[in-house]
Amino acid sequence: MSIAGGQRSKGANGWLLSAPALVLLVFAASGPLLIVALYSVLEKGDYSGVRWILSGDGWFRVLFERDIFDQTVSLADANLSIFWRSVKLSISTTVITFVLGLPTAWFIATRPAKSRAFWLFLITIPFWTNLLIRTFAIMEVVRNEGILNTALISAGLISDPIQIMYTDTAVLIGMTYVYLPLMVLPLYAAIDRFDFRLIEAGYDLYASRWQVLRGVILPIIKPGIIAGSILVFIPSLGAYVTPRLLGGGKNMMIGNFIELQFGQGQNWPLGAALSTVLLLIVLVSLVVYTRVSSRDNPHG
Amino acid sequence: MNTNIAVDARNIGKVYGNGPSAVAALGDVSISIEQGEFFTLLGPSGCGKTTLLRCIAGFETPTSGTIFLSGQDITHTPPNQRPVNTVFQSYALFPHLNVAQNVGFGLKMLGRPAAEVAKAVDRVLSLVKLQEFADRLPQQLSGGQQQRVALARALAPEPQVLLLDEPLSALDLKLRKEMQSELKRLQTETGITFIFVTHDQEEALTMSNRIGVMSQGALLQVGTPHEIYEHPVNRFVADFIGETNFLDGQVDGGRVRIGTGDMLDVQLSGQTGDVTLAIRPEQIQLGTADAGLTAKITEATYMGTDTHYTVSLSDGSKIVARVQSNSVGAFKVGDTVGIGIDTKAVQVLKT
Repeated sequence: MSIAGGQRSKGANGWLLSAPALVLLVFAASGPLLIVALYSVLEKGDYSGVRWILSGDGWFRVLFERDIFDQTVSLADANLSIFWRSVKLSISTTVITFVLGLPTAWFIATRPAKSRAFWLFLITIPFWTNLLIRTFAIMEVVRNEGILNTALISAGLISDPIQIMYTDTAVLIGMTYVYLPLMVLPLYAAIDRFDFRLIEAGYDLYASRWQVLRGVILPIIKPGIIAGSILVFIPSLGAYVTPRLLGGGKNMMIGNFIELQFGQGQNWPLGAALSTVLLLIVLVSLVVYTRVSSRDNPHG
Repeated sequence: MNTNIAVDARNIGKVYGNGPSAVAALGDVSISIEQGEFFTLLGPSGCGKTTLLRCIAGFETPTSGTIFLSGQDITHTPPNQRPVNTVFQSYALFPHLNVAQNVGFGLKMLGRPAAEVAKAVDRVLSLVKLQEFADRLPQQLSGGQQQRVALARALAPEPQVLLLDEPLSALDLKLRKEMQSELKRLQTETGITFIFVTHDQEEALTMSNRIGVMSQGALLQVGTPHEIYEHPVNRFVADFIGETNFLDGQVDGGRVRIGTGDMLDVQLSGQTGDVTLAIRPEQIQLGTADAGLTAKITEATYMGTDTHYTVSLSDGSKIVARVQSNSVGAFKVGDTVGIGIDTKAVQVLKT
């Protein structure tokens, strides 16, 4: 009986042990989110900040704009195109990093055990360098007088430099470069566990190379593909530095647009509402993605 | 050309690597396997039997030689275009597919309509008695069940030849015995040519129509289990298949003089000079020490129905005799006994 009693008292006070984590979750994670949500429904201050009056204006201006002369309401095309560009660029980045990352991860996973560490080291090196510096390095490659254009011109392939800087292509190149390791590492972990004898079994059972890839390899390394895609897609959607430097002022993504509201735009409620929208896009994407990717395999 | 030949491998050589570090896994192996035969490639690990099997499956391309399947040259045909299926040692079942999907994989890849695939899967699963497991995933099955799924998966496309790469080695003894008779039954029922690779001589003897014994990349002897056991061509085969005593001797006037000076009246077929006699333990009788060959018992091991006696001849060479436990009064270690050898059964091997 005393043993049972001891267990009960342990159970009753056990939650205290998780108190530090609880405090961290409530104040450090949920707290700021709640402040963002709260600010989004307040009225904008005269210069910056908010006035403590409830207002739907921040949310209204996420999608709509009001003509300053006749007060007519119309869709905010500029905002929508920023959302659309962000989602489009993030999906493109995810797809491109997957297409580049799969053979890379496959290559590393099929090296002898001794040299794998070296290849993984090469993949992770960029993490050690400041993002700003890496982005400037990409600028040096793609700008009109940069390495790429100089090489193409001197090779006689083009006569005038290709305008890559300050286009979506530059942003895409930059984000692909920055987020590629986040795709390669989970793919590598999945391929490393893959039983390569299954490939022979596939060939033996009349599958072509393509069928082995689609029917055997991809379904089995799917957890790695899902992890890599999420790791790339989420930060891509909220990217700030890369689109700012490579896309210039005109080719904004959501991250830059939000920053604008808290800086020059001086519209904190709109910025807060946009942040919440970004969060919702991420959540909805995750739900849709995991649903779709596990549909064909109930056990995946 | 004989139309009953399923697999005809001619002068197959396989060398891994090149230059001074090259390793020859197979050196000039020729073998003909008949349609509907249960053929076993037997040998110790590293003898090249699995390499030969992988050449037939298409996973390896021989460095030299030609492989014919039902008369067609398939030496350079990729594995997915050969009507040959493999049961892998590790089973290699697809972990993301259930049993039915695993079994139907080959037919699906061949582009058969779904209804036909489903019917074939049903039929093959009932053949291996796994109908009720169709919806399970491989990792939810026991080792023996996984083994049968692997078998069903390879049988479903009705290959001309089924290759089995030590498929029973991961099973415990009882299950292995069960699967041996199961395999034999499946082979008889389907009529498919089986090529079975194993290092277990007992497995080979009990299951096969014919056995090919391999060592160090060479095929030493091909024959029925009876031929291989009773008439091994050399010392390696005699030693590898069952227990064998070897006695060195010289041919002398139609008989063989062994180390003790005794003459044995064995059946010679033209051998001269130094020879090795291969004598199975059951071909040796022990009796009272009077005339002829005598020996001292150094070890007695009771095995149930049999007792194994290790005896030492007067020249110090040791041989093992297997005697039915109840046939004679038990001998004791240290006894001197008379040795009777069934000389007609003794194999004379070139040294």
